[in-house]
Amino acid sequence: MGSQATAPLTSELVAEHGLTGEEYERLLGILGREPSLTELGIFSVMWSEHCSYKSSKVWLKTLPTEGPQVIQGPGENAGIVDLGDGHAAVFKMESHNHPSFIEPYQGAATGVGGIMRDVFTMGARPVANLNALRFGAPDHAKTRHLVSGVVAGIGGYGNCVGVPTVGGEVNFDAGFNGNILVNAMCVGLAHADRIFYSAAKGVGHPVVYVGSKTGRDGIHGATMASAEFDDNSDEKRPTVQVGDPFTEKLLIEACLELMAEDVIIAIQDMGAAGLTSSSVEMADKGGVGFDLDLDAVPCREEGMSAYEMMLSESQERMLMVLKPGSEEKAEKIFRKWELDFAIVGKTTDSGRLVVSHNGEIEADMPVKALADSAPEYKRPWTPTTPPELLAPEDVPAPNSITEALETMMASPHLCSRRWVWEQYDHMVMGDTVRRPGGDAAVVRVHGSKKGIAAACDVTPRYCTADPVEGGKQAVAETWRNLTAVGADPLAITDCMNFGNPERPEIMGQFAGCIEGMGEACRALDYPVVSGNVSLYNETNGAAIPPTPAIGGVGLIPDIGKMANLALRAEGETLLLLGPELGHLGQSLYMDVMLERREGAPPPVDLAAERRHGDFVRELIREGVVLAVHDVADGGLVVAVAEMALAGDIGVALAPNESPLPAHAIAFGEDQGRYVVAVGDHAGDIQARAQQAGIPVRVIGTTGGRDLVIPDEPPLPLATLRQLHEGWLPHYMQAM
Amino acid sequence: MKASVIVFPGSNCDRDVAVCLEAATGAKPTMVWHGDADVPASDLIVLPGGFSYGDYLRSGAMAAHSPVMRDVVAKARKGITILGICNGFQVLTESGLLPGVLMRNASLKFICRDVTLKVERNDTVFAGQYGEGDIITIPVAHHDGNYFTDRDTLERLEGENRVAFRYCDATGALDETANPNGSLHNIAGIYDETGRVLGLMPHPERLADAALGGTDGKHMFTSLVEALH
Repeated sequence: MGSQATAPLTSELVAEHGLTGEEYERLLGILGREPSLTELGIFSVMWSEHCSYKSSKVWLKTLPTEGPQVIQGPGENAGIVDLGDGHAAVFKMESHNHPSFIEPYQGAATGVGGIMRDVFTMGARPVANLNALRFGAPDHAKTRHLVSGVVAGIGGYGNCVGVPTVGGEVNFDAGFNGNILVNAMCVGLAHADRIFYSAAKGVGHPVVYVGSKTGRDGIHGATMASAEFDDNSDEKRPTVQVGDPFTEKLLIEACLELMAEDVIIAIQDMGAAGLTSSSVEMADKGGVGFDLDLDAVPCREEGMSAYEMMLSESQERMLMVLKPGSEEKAEKIFRKWELDFAIVGKTTDSGRLVVSHNGEIEADMPVKALADSAPEYKRPWTPTTPPELLAPEDVPAPNSITEALETMMASPHLCSRRWVWEQYDHMVMGDTVRRPGGDAAVVRVHGSKKGIAAACDVTPRYCTADPVEGGKQAVAETWRNLTAVGADPLAITDCMNFGNPERPEIMGQFAGCIEGMGEACRALDYPVVSGNVSLYNETNGAAIPPTPAIGGVGLIPDIGKMANLALRAEGETLLLLGPELGHLGQSLYMDVMLERREGAPPPVDLAAERRHGDFVRELIREGVVLAVHDVADGGLVVAVAEMALAGDIGVALAPNESPLPAHAIAFGEDQGRYVVAVGDHAGDIQARAQQAGIPVRVIGTTGGRDLVIPDEPPLPLATLRQLHEGWLPHYMQAM
Repeated sequence: MKASVIVFPGSNCDRDVAVCLEAATGAKPTMVWHGDADVPASDLIVLPGGFSYGDYLRSGAMAAHSPVMRDVVAKARKGITILGICNGFQVLTESGLLPGVLMRNASLKFICRDVTLKVERNDTVFAGQYGEGDIITIPVAHHDGNYFTDRDTLERLEGENRVAFRYCDATGALDETANPNGSLHNIAGIYDETGRVLGLMPHPERLADAALGGTDGKHMFTSLVEALH
């Protein structure tokens, strides 16, 4: 062992590494001796919640992950689905919550960089970025600063790399005051027969390091991401990594150029826990050992120790195992792109990770035990008791539907996100056929007529009240959003953001959300192919609302047959497809207008969901409807208002004969619903819907410059637009 | 028309413009690596958008000193047609082929959106298929697009009719609200003295395909083909 091994490992040092006494005993059992400091560091990151999923694994295993469309499910760098014709979509969503709260620009930027590496490491060219962002209440002292930094960081990275940021969501809620959520998703396009994996099969092959140099940044980032915050969290700033999108761009081009040659056996990006987790995972999956010579690692700073090099989370680095004899060819490509290239070791048959530095062995540990024997906990959990359903009559009505609509559309929850996405290059690569602001973004499969649709969704309000229904709803809503543009939903990635799993009520939220998600995925044939878990999102004991962010991906066979939410023509009939039950429990109406969050969230009828969605998709494919919008936050009138604004065409809403209160019809958030605009075929479509057992009602006619609610004064679109577009820029200007 | 596209480390609209050139000419343009000493014989050389050298130091500043630019400058002096889009415009000003600088946007933010432009003249190889005074829609996507120059140069540009495009509103009015980045005189693009070198911040290659929402950008490429064969 190296010189560091002589330093005694105190119990404080062990605790600082986030290991419990029990976990340390386990480590001693595996090694049969005391670890060196480097070994302790390696174990601590491999066994961190972030890398080992020790609290969540037992639940994640229950999610459906298979289907004829799935090429690769969870367990690799990203999930992969088949798009036909030899095309494959490679995608994943990942959190960068803790670093983004501490240093918003770099935290968000490196989140984008990391998720893109997960995608191109599999042989895919990244073609679309999305992000799901959750900030604290607008009046919280830190919110503006965080919004500004996170948005600039996402743009700063993605814009430079030249991958369009096409969609996502932004929420404001006091529940995120102390822990914001930055979930970044990337979708890449690959050839289905040229996918690259991380299993380092074969002995005596060169292990190669490429990309940026290694510095002292981000040491113990994975451990930080596995701990709660307190008032001194800002002191953790040195553990936040710094991104260099320019190097990432070069790394993408160099990797894809090398991938076109038949020389890579295995490849993995150095993400959380850097060189440690990449080498352990590659060796473990390949069933081999790794000898690593740290003297060969390109370093940014002098005098770095083995401990620091193994734990550094410097960005834009990859580890590869090459076919012997191809080193020269590979080096030439990386030199052309002015990137570092170094042979840092070889694969062995020892089954051990042996790390040497300055002529000393700094670590010598069994790979399998490092990768597989991380503790797995079935932590105690208490299910959340969902509140009772609220009767619509028990929810107070507003003075006027129109006035309530104005207030809601101008609220932080529903206002336009244009201020955000105009800071993202959403058109680079020349294939963005549905830009941000719709139900789902669509990028064309380059050189073809096919499109990849993608959307991110979750409603934390619902998940807080009832994790099972909330989990179901999050999956169903992405499915609905993909359907609303005309896509066949294929699969999801999930980003599970929760509080401290050691608290039974938090674990109960996690278990509940997983149960609901699994149910929805099974009912919709919409499996989970990748994901990420972020726990310990707590500050001073206050946890975030449970937030299982879902990223859905779908296929549009012909982009000539797509829909979006914008109304296209005057004199069309608006139809509502789906039930009108007036569910106001946990609705945005109650939240914004009454400042109350009560009752059960709207239940999702998954059989109806599927029936309604399949019908809408059929109409889009037939070309009989062009303007389609799902009904979500804010309910029916909000959905219609959004369609009117997007198309700049007014709507006169029809009176309804429902016995329910008008505000429950207007703002109820019943699930599984779509509004479609129809030209001449309204009667025909109504008949077909009825035949298919789908509730359908004529809700209005398009035309004019106003939104008109029966018996209320008309609301000019220009006024509504001002309210809707105004809030966010105005709020951010006050910085 | 034989076209070449220069690829700098960090260029990211090189493929996008190559797609448009191929659509217009029927042949793939030659992609020329920044480290090459020469550009092959071409009728048109394109400096594409992106973040050459990460925009470190100053947008376009390092690319202007890359090996291939010596030949680009030499060819420009011989009258070869040069088109610089976005980062390419920044490289053209940094290399002295066009006057002025592109400063940080007045809003200090990156801006990506469709803008309307007024076509100031159509008697050049780039704009023959537009009408003079046409109002066209083309996107911008930049952080540093705020055109600035000294008063004498500005007067000369205006006097010599060298402003190619200006930001305007849908009616053609050249007011402040239509100016996305604070550029002097709403300038979106300028020509050199010969009219053979054009630099512009908006991206014509991004709206040259109906599937992407418009085709106003396409006419720049068809104009070039018509003029340069």
